[in-house]
Amino acid sequence: MAELAAVLATTHHPFYLKATTAPPEDRMAQADEWQRKVEAYRETLTAAKPDILVMVGADHFHQFFSDNYPAFLIGKQPKYDAIFYNEEREFGIPKYLLDGHEDLSGFMLQGLLDRGFDFAVSHELKLDHSIICPIITTRPGADLPVVPIYTNIFAPPLPSPKRFYDLGRAIRSIIDEYPSDQRIAAVGSGHLSLELGGPRQFGETGPDPVFDRKAIDWLASGDIDAILENVTHESMAGAGNATHGFMDLILMMGIAGAIPADYVDELDLFHTREMYMTWYPKGDPR
Amino acid sequence: MSKYYVNKFLYQVDRDPALLAAYKADPASLVERWQDEYGRWLGASNRVEQTTWLSFTDGERTALIEHDYATLFELGAHFFLTLTIFIALYNDDYETKAGPLAFQREYAEKLSHWLGRDYPTVAL
Repeated sequence: MAELAAVLATTHHPFYLKATTAPPEDRMAQADEWQRKVEAYRETLTAAKPDILVMVGADHFHQFFSDNYPAFLIGKQPKYDAIFYNEEREFGIPKYLLDGHEDLSGFMLQGLLDRGFDFAVSHELKLDHSIICPIITTRPGADLPVVPIYTNIFAPPLPSPKRFYDLGRAIRSIIDEYPSDQRIAAVGSGHLSLELGGPRQFGETGPDPVFDRKAIDWLASGDIDAILENVTHESMAGAGNATHGFMDLILMMGIAGAIPADYVDELDLFHTREMYMTWYPKGDPR
Repeated sequence: MSKYYVNKFLYQVDRDPALLAAYKADPASLVERWQDEYGRWLGASNRVEQTTWLSFTDGERTALIEHDYATLFELGAHFFLTLTIFIALYNDDYETKAGPLAFQREYAEKLSHWLGRDYPTVAL
């Protein structure tokens, strides 16, 4: 059976690449610290020696629109183009072409259907920055085949936080049953408190540092009970209108299980708090 | 009102550099042209099947023509679509004059009367 080598849950900041490759005169003051933290985080994936990446993210109205917006979707393709024109324009992220892993995509899709998660599937999925940002930060060579899973954290009504956690548990059991000797890492990105297009956007800190503190502590300690007790669609909206991306981090904890994380780091940036977390459910390889 | 139709406008214009440039140069003409050439076609890329019943209210059309993102917020247009397209339209001009994030901060300030209140829902 396949080995779950690592589970990574990270915020995705689309300006990381631009900030850390800017010419010296334009380089922001925090760029060095940011790059150090990201490179240290990258080591937690490298140490796991993965062969395949199961990637979790959320399309930001790039491919999907409200004429047909899936709650949960998996890609099943040999290749994936990535990064849309408007992301290149705004964030300066270049285009990518990633290998897919059709066999694991198919096994995952069937396993999800068998477990009561009636996923949508795409055979012409283009990936956006929710998946490419963690590629840039944790696997910049983009040399591993991926299985992309997209969730709706954007177009309400949204699935519940518990549903995201339960989906993570289902993905974990499917990985554990995958008949392969390959090592699989799950890498997912989301947000802590975040405001976009509202009055709390682009402040000196994220919109709700108190929520961020609790959220990191809940994830780091594997405290799913506290999350399910405290995190609702309404409480996330109270922390910032785009905070619902936190549910993808809950999903990642679902893949790991309700256990303490093996690596936890964070960085207070100018309008968000970044979080970098890794679990090694089968033992720390470092 | 049709939040969906407003979102469709923001979605389609933001993802097409030619439409975006036209929306910056002459918003009234582009809003008119979009309805005919894009809005009335099913979904985001169909050119055969039509949607016959969608249209803007006067208030929605005026807000789009006037680049009035504060009103779009209040009408419940999706915050991400609205922010992204207006960053594309205004960020560089503001940055040249007033530095990084100047536009985004003015945008937040124009919505500051919503601090501490439940925002208009973006649910459709």
